[in-house]
Formats: sequence, C-alpha cells, structure tokens
Amino acid sequence: MLDLDLWKEILSALRQNRLRSFMTAFGVFWGIFMLIIMSGAGRALENGVMEGVKAFATNSAFFWTERTSVPYEGFQRGRRWIYNNQDIEYIRQNVSEIEYLSPRLFGWQQNGDNTVRGERTGAFNIFGDYPDYFKIDGWTPVKGRLMNEIDVRQKRKVCVIGERVEEVMFDKEEDPIGQYLKISGVYFQVVGVIHPETRINIGGGKKEETIIIPFSTMQTAYNYGDEIHFFSVTANRGTSVSALEEKLKRILKERHKIAPDDMQAIGSFNIEAEFKKFSMLFFGIQALTWIVGIGTLMAGVIGVSNIMLVIIKERTQEIGIQRAIGATPAKIMLHIIAESVFLTVMAGYVGLSLGVGLLEVLNQILLAAGDEVFFRNPEVNLSMALSALAVLVFAGAFAGFIPARRAIRIKPIDALRDEG
Amino acid sequence: MITLNNIHKSYVMGSSKLHVLKGIDLDIEQGEFVSIMGSSGSGKSTLLNILGMLDNYDEGTYHLDNKLIANMSEKKSAQLRNEMVGFVFQSFNLISFKNAMENVALPLYYKGVNRKKRNAIAMEYLDKLGLAPWAEHMPNEMSGGQKQRVAIARALISHPKIILADEPTGALDTSTSYEVMEILKEINNEGITVIIVTHEHDIAAMTQKVVRLKDGRIDEIIRNGDLRAFRHTYNKELETA
Repeated sequence: MLDLDLWKEILSALRQNRLRSFMTAFGVFWGIFMLIIMSGAGRALENGVMEGVKAFATNSAFFWTERTSVPYEGFQRGRRWIYNNQDIEYIRQNVSEIEYLSPRLFGWQQNGDNTVRGERTGAFNIFGDYPDYFKIDGWTPVKGRLMNEIDVRQKRKVCVIGERVEEVMFDKEEDPIGQYLKISGVYFQVVGVIHPETRINIGGGKKEETIIIPFSTMQTAYNYGDEIHFFSVTANRGTSVSALEEKLKRILKERHKIAPDDMQAIGSFNIEAEFKKFSMLFFGIQALTWIVGIGTLMAGVIGVSNIMLVIIKERTQEIGIQRAIGATPAKIMLHIIAESVFLTVMAGYVGLSLGVGLLEVLNQILLAAGDEVFFRNPEVNLSMALSALAVLVFAGAFAGFIPARRAIRIKPIDALRDEG
Repeated sequence: MITLNNIHKSYVMGSSKLHVLKGIDLDIEQGEFVSIMGSSGSGKSTLLNILGMLDNYDEGTYHLDNKLIANMSEKKSAQLRNEMVGFVFQSFNLISFKNAMENVALPLYYKGVNRKKRNAIAMEYLDKLGLAPWAEHMPNEMSGGQKQRVAIARALISHPKIILADEPTGALDTSTSYEVMEILKEINNEGITVIIVTHEHDIAAMTQKVVRLKDGRIDEIIRNGDLRAFRHTYNKELETA
C-alpha cells in the first residue's frame, strides 16, 4: 500500500516546490511547537507548585482565633479569646473523624533576638508542637532526630532546629547535636536539625529559621497556663476535611460562647479547598494550552489542505493519466491523503522534537537554579506526545481528505482534456 | 469484440446542450486495425473516450467482449481499463517525475505487481520497442517519438485486448509518425485490436478500416478492399488543396 513508488511521488511533489512546502509545513510546525512549549510550561508550573506541597497532608485544616464580631450571651463584640487544653481534650474524646490533632504555641520572634549561644545570637520562629505536627507538615531530620512523644510527655527541654538556625548558631565543623541553645532565657538541648519538605508555611517566617520545642515544655516553661494559639487536624480517610472543619468550628463556638453566626471569631483554613482551587487552575491552564495549541495547529492544517488543493489542480492531468491506465479512485485518494499526512507529520515531528528539546534545555537551566523556583520539570510526557502525534495524523488526513475528494471527482476524461 | 448500438452522448455547456454523438452503430472485430476520422467537433474523440470507458454515454448500448459497459462504478471501470485497454495519447501523457521504465511499469503497479517483477517486464517491453538504453531517462530527456514509444510500451504492458490511440501522431513529424504507425501495425499483427483517432488521411490510409464521422453520425465506413480507392480520393483531395 505505502510502497516506494508512493514515497517517490510524495517526495518529488514536495521537492518541486520547496519553498511552498516549507511555508506550509511551518504552520503545522509552529502549531505543535507552541502546543508543546505551552503545555510543558504549564506542567512545569504545576510540578513546581505540587512539588512544594506534596509532603503536606492534603486532608488537613488549621485553626486560630480572632476577635469576635457578634455580641452573644452578654459578651460584647470584639472580645479576645483563645483555645485551651480542655478544648483539645474534648475534641480528642468526642470527634472520631480526626486522624491527627496537633496544638501549637507561637514564640516571640518580634521581640528581637530570642536565641543565644555564647557570643552568637539570632531571632528565630519558636514553635511549641506535638510530634503529630510532622505528619501534617513534613520535615526530615538532616542530623539527629525529630521530636517525639516522650519529649512531650516528660516535658524535656529539647529542640529541633532549622538549617538556617544551625548556620547562625554553630560553626561549620561543629556538630550541633547535644549542644545547648538559650531560648528566651531557658536552655534547650539540640536533638536534631530538620529540613522542610514543603513550601506551605503555617505561622509565617522562613521555614529554615524555625526552632521547634515540645508543646508541653513550652506551655510550662514560659507560663502559658493552658493556652493554645493554634491547632492543626487531619481528617480520617473517607471523611471530608471541609465537613470536619465545620463540625469543629461549631463545637468551639459552643464551648467559648461565640455566636453561631459569627463568621470572624474562628480563623481557619483547609488545604483540601486550596488544593481544589489549584487543581482547577492547572486544569484551566492545560485546557487553555490545548485550545490555543489546537487552534494554531488548525491554522497550519488549513494551510496544508489549501496547498494540497493547489497541488491537485496542478496535477489534474497526471491524475487523469493514472486513472486512464487503471488507478482506482481509492488509490488516488490514498496517495493524496498519504502526502498530506506525510507533510503534516514531518512538520509536526520537527515541531515536537524542537519543542521537547527546548523544554529539556529549560529544565537543565532550572535544575542549575536549584529548588527555589516555582517551576520544575517542564516535561512533556509520553501520552502528551502520543496524543499530539495522533492529532497530527488525524489533522493531516483531514487536510488531505477534501482535496482528495476533489481529485476523484475529476473525471479521467476531463483531466486528460485539461491541458487543452 | 466491440458492439456499439445507437450511442448518444451530449455535453451540457452552461445553459446550452451540445449533442455530440447522435446514434452511433459500430461493430469492431477482434484483431481489426481501425481509424476514426472526422473534422474537429465531429465527435471522434468522444467516441474514443466512450470506447475506452473514460466517459459514459447517455443512450444506447456498448458491449465490450460481450460485456455490457454501463453504469459501472469508478473502481470497476478503472480495473476494466487496466485489464482490457491500453491508451496512447497525442501528448504522450507520461508522468514527468518517473523515468521511462517506471512509466511503462505503472499499469502493473495498479494491478498490484511487485516492483522488481514489474520493472523487469517493463524492461522487456522497452527492449521490444528499442528503448532499452533509455530506460533510466526522464520523459523530458527524450524526443517525441521516443516518448510515444514509451507510451505505447505502457499501453501494451498489461496485455490489453484493445489499444486506443487518440491522435498518436498528432505531435510528431512525418517520418516519426510512420515509425509509430509501423509499431502499431506490428502490435495489430499480434492480434490486438487497434483503434486510432486521426485527421491525417495518410495515417488513416495505413489502417484496415476507416470510420468517417460527420456531425455525430457515421458518414461512411471504408473497408479493407476499398482502401485503394480511398487512397486515390485522398490523393485527389491533396491535389485540389
């Protein structure tokens, strides 16, 4: 079917008009090139963002307190309030949908340098946390270990520190593990240096400038009583965190005499909803990419179709001869469609290769730039390339179809008479 | 071999209708060498196209090899043309980007013969017509006579029962014309029916039967024995001209 003669014919037809073939092919080339580049860039943005949040529990929600905005049960609006240990105790016992629950206290970076070691001082973000926190917002120990249950239970004066803290408070050759840091007047032993796995940042400040100490130690050592500034929860498998968020808000409002319709008093944030927004955004980007890409490709394909019509017009006589000596209409049609598919696929293939090549170069540059960029792995996956190829073949066939129909409608006798 | 019965054909040209063939009755036997003559517009090319299944007719019947040729699909007529008919055209109609051998082999390509085999057969035919050294040449590197011989080889390669030639000598000088006619005669001697359209009397005089068309009707048929007389009248026509 697609034998040497067919190829010779196609190549000679294209060679006869190099410039025209090139210009035509360029439309298709540009379409597929754009499609690949845009899709790759969109994917890179998605990868970059998703890479930054992949170690973060997607079923998590976070709660803090704000002033009340509705007067209720004798309290005026604008009241300050705060969570306490009893709230957490109550939630642990009465809400079964919770997987992890981790209360937190915030330290005092705003008061200037809060950490001292010999001659060295620094201002860091101090958090009192439970070990469950590491299951919500992932951290890995670079040196030493993470904080554990026993640290909390025994109210040990230990801390894990971010990499920037290590850099500021210790010499390069020094091993920070086992050393002491004086944090707001209390000595803590460093048990681990930790590295953040995600870019999602709860509580502000740079994640590398974090010092985490056991929640219980922080509450006792700095006289917080039973106060809690903030807590994080994750929902059990099969439970929607949005539903859990609403339930917890209802409970907390009841326990703290806050009007049920007070929208401001409890600050909260749930990652599930944010993830949905992101997914929609990336879906939108991909959809737009395909719409624009296919549009550009269509313009190219129409060009191919147009040029095929011209070629057929020029070859009317030749088609007439072929039919006179026994070429069936199907054969003629196959020739024309094959030629069109060939032109489209060749142009598309070049576009595809150049697009992928450019993305690869971009990728190398990004890799060299380190992981501080929100743009990662601008890749084109196999399915993307295959679907682009499928689109090309289909588009080529489509571009050839109308001219081919035109060609077989020419009667052999008219074609022979064409030259007059 | 060929039986035409009351063939009518008209072309629609815009609003007017051009009645080209107005009832043609014609029998051509296997192995005959026939020429169709007539002034331009007499319908000779149209008749040839109908014979070659390149065009259809409006009315009447056409039997080729006892088969009724009517209302065929394009595919069927293409196959039948391929099997039964070889065409030779005035302007040779070789395919410009194929060399002589490939041009000759083309009908076999449409028959599905593989490349090696069909090129070998094509070489045989080129050799027969004395064109073997020219096998690799492109049409634009050959003279008119050579091109027409290539076209004849192409017409012969699929073993047709009929060769249809539309003004085969129209674009050639006299001596080349005679050469081509010699070739056609040889083909005819092998038992193939040859039908040519021409308006040249000397060419027509080389055939066994001359069919003269006039205004879409057969004016006269001059048979073998009468050809001497035809030559005579032809010479007289020349003298008066």
